[in-house]
Amino acid sequence: MSSHHHSDNIHEVKIVPRDPQKVKQILKVTYILGGVTAIEFVAAFLFPKGLVLTSLFVLLTFVKTFYIVGEFMHLKHEVKTLIWAIVIPTTFIMWLILAMLIEGSSVFEFRQWIWG
Amino acid sequence: MAHSASIDNNSENIWNGNAEPLKASWGKLMMWFFLLSDAISFSGLLVAYGFSRFSHLAYNPAVHGMIFKFSDTYWPIPEKVFTHIPFAHINAPLVFVGIMTFILILSSVTMVLAVEAGHRMDREEVKKWMLWTILGGFAFLGCQAWEWSIFIQGSEEGRMLLDGTKVYGANLHINEYGPQLFADLFFFITGFHGTHVLSGVVINIIVFYNVCLGTYDKVGNYEMVEKVGLYWHFVDLVWVFVFTFFYLV
Repeated sequence: MSSHHHSDNIHEVKIVPRDPQKVKQILKVTYILGGVTAIEFVAAFLFPKGLVLTSLFVLLTFVKTFYIVGEFMHLKHEVKTLIWAIVIPTTFIMWLILAMLIEGSSVFEFRQWIWG
Repeated sequence: MAHSASIDNNSENIWNGNAEPLKASWGKLMMWFFLLSDAISFSGLLVAYGFSRFSHLAYNPAVHGMIFKFSDTYWPIPEKVFTHIPFAHINAPLVFVGIMTFILILSSVTMVLAVEAGHRMDREEVKKWMLWTILGGFAFLGCQAWEWSIFIQGSEEGRMLLDGTKVYGANLHINEYGPQLFADLFFFITGFHGTHVLSGVVINIIVFYNVCLGTYDKVGNYEMVEKVGLYWHFVDLVWVFVFTFFYLV
């Protein structure tokens, strides 16, 4: 751990000025995320609970995931192999979620059938 | 005999070592793989929640009465459970959790801006944006702590049990809102996520400290800010999922 405090490297580091395009892109993604969250909120109160509403939530969460992982975490701009290395295992997770929801419903039906 | 000093780096041999086939550093790749494994952990928990929820009876106004009340025979409706906001005694369903989501997403945005400033070697900007991110993290943790305390404390009416006693609030054995699993899973999943937020804030503070010291100017790049940023975005992403499945569905 360095114990001297003088910033001996500052005059060697070249600071590049900010690119307004990049900041605009970041803000654009922020507004999209905010907008999608607002839609989810409104939908939660407007529509009755059921398969349609849940599917809408899953879809919108997917959209948010796409923007957070693709833009904020920069995955969209990485090498294709890295993108697939993350995306393909995630599809297996999604299948697991779907399978367990179906499983849960099935357990519910069985319990109804057994105990009435 | 090929010497270890000779580097054969054309495109056919990028997988032979001494190169970056995925054009990302070792540290960044390892962070991505860690995030993938952590995502699997959280998915396990959320799957357990989904399974539990679907294997319980859902509230049906036709069967259980038009006015919703808490009962352990059916899963509660989240917007009837999470209705409190600080400093006001009004019914504000899901407002507070919306504020928490907003805070965490904003802290993610400030993290992106810190990473962007790091790419330009702009130390002062990195410091500024990382500080905002750390503040956002602390704010989220404070909000989550408050949410837990209200959940544990319960409402004024409580719930009447069959033997005539009343139960207020929630603990791991019985809660006024619904089945035992509801509170158990709430504590476990939001607690697990909250622990990740706390560790993320601690790591952010360490990196912020290093930025102030000028460590990354000496190293020549701000990639550490980027790696820590990946972890922070992951934490935000998990919250998006937890928020959707716990509070909205």
